[in-house]
Amino acid sequence: MRTVLTADDVRRALTRIAHEIVERNQGIEGLAVVGLQRGGVWMAKELAGLLSAIDPEHDVPLGSLDVSFHRDDVGLRPIVPASVTDIAGSLDGRTIVLVDDVLFTGRTVRAALEALNEYGRPSAVQLAVLVDRGHRELPIRPDFVGKNLPTSRDELVVATADGVTIQ
Amino acid sequence: MKHLLAIDDLSADDIHRLLELTDHMVEINSRPIPKVPALRGKNVVSLFFEDSTRTRTSFDTAAKRLSADTMNFTVSSSSVSKGESLRDTIETIAAMGVDAFVVRHRSSGAPAMITRWTNASIINAGDGWHQHPTQALLDCYTIRTGLNRRDGFDGLHIAIVGDIRHSRVARSDVQAFAALGARVTLVAPPTLLPPSLQGWPVEVSHDLDSLLPDLDVLYLLRVQRERMDEALLPSLHEYSQLYGLTDARAARLAPHALVMHPGPMNRGVEMVADPGELPGSVILNQVTNGVAVRMAVLFWLLGSGSDLAEAS
Repeated sequence: MRTVLTADDVRRALTRIAHEIVERNQGIEGLAVVGLQRGGVWMAKELAGLLSAIDPEHDVPLGSLDVSFHRDDVGLRPIVPASVTDIAGSLDGRTIVLVDDVLFTGRTVRAALEALNEYGRPSAVQLAVLVDRGHRELPIRPDFVGKNLPTSRDELVVATADGVTIQ
Repeated sequence: MKHLLAIDDLSADDIHRLLELTDHMVEINSRPIPKVPALRGKNVVSLFFEDSTRTRTSFDTAAKRLSADTMNFTVSSSSVSKGESLRDTIETIAAMGVDAFVVRHRSSGAPAMITRWTNASIINAGDGWHQHPTQALLDCYTIRTGLNRRDGFDGLHIAIVGDIRHSRVARSDVQAFAALGARVTLVAPPTLLPPSLQGWPVEVSHDLDSLLPDLDVLYLLRVQRERMDEALLPSLHEYSQLYGLTDARAARLAPHALVMHPGPMNRGVEMVADPGELPGSVILNQVTNGVAVRMAVLFWLLGSGSDLAEAS
């Protein structure tokens, strides 16, 4: 097991991402943060907290999304959905910041983009990840990255608020 | 798991997992566009040899919300009326490429028989007096949400009232409620109880009135007039005097108690009060939950890859 980021590194990376999000969107009005089940949920919550701290005038709605039923490998492997999706209200016209801990093949993000469509038509979707470990199988690119981490396909990357490790 | 034929094929854990999966389906149904691509390309055929409106439409809606293709087989307009055997019917339709058959048949055991003739998954949508497993699952889900009992039914007292003898719903419900830990009391005149209750995890009473204040769930069964060919009841009026839910009886239920009915209701017989006026009535929730539960069953059998997991 190799530690790549410590808890302090994670906190600093998230703070930087929060500021990048504010800079890119010129504030946080009209934003909503949506974490992917399960790994992205804690991170989305942290980011929403950091964003509200930067601009206390506006609320940042926070949601979570389970993409099990949109995956392209349904039936090929056991799919056990995590917690139930929680998205309040329509996403029409909002800018969605989709949040996941680790970006790998991009298939989860593809499924998430499709799932989001069923909640309305966002004006834009941006992707924030703590770790981009490469090996993309689809044309998907993150907008905000905590750390680019070269890995081999068979390594396991674990990212939590306590740090990022390769196992 | 390949088929869903009877509740006693499921462990308590299986039931819990199906109910958790149902939570996801309820969320899908609440979306502006309640449809996911999970079962794209799967073919689900409903094969109803007995009348049904709600179960059939419920399965149909469930399959469509998961993007499966659906085909309805109506017995009256099929070759069955020309004398085709059940086996030939199944093999013919299966040859078109079918992933699941949803079967309702007047003979107990017909769905189990069909599993021998095809590789498709078989879902029992009611066979004779035997089983109606998806009804029991949706009833469990309705109680689980209505009384907020996610972890099981320990300590709940459920009375099932009415024609237990002819009821596949009662047989499935008793097994499911007991598996989740509830105490189940059957309430019926002796002629409407099964000839033997050996092995049933239940108590029996003939006196509804004394039970009412103690109940968490009052489950009314339909008096099946079409099966009443043996003069089991002196009159429907007497039945409703003794076992029907009147306003006076409803007032004696605990404030939190749920009133359930699998439909279709005989108003004025088992349901004398207006169900729309009963605070505890969750009869329409049962119908709504039916779609979600059937989505969970279809996804579990066709989409979760659980067979592959067992094989590997």
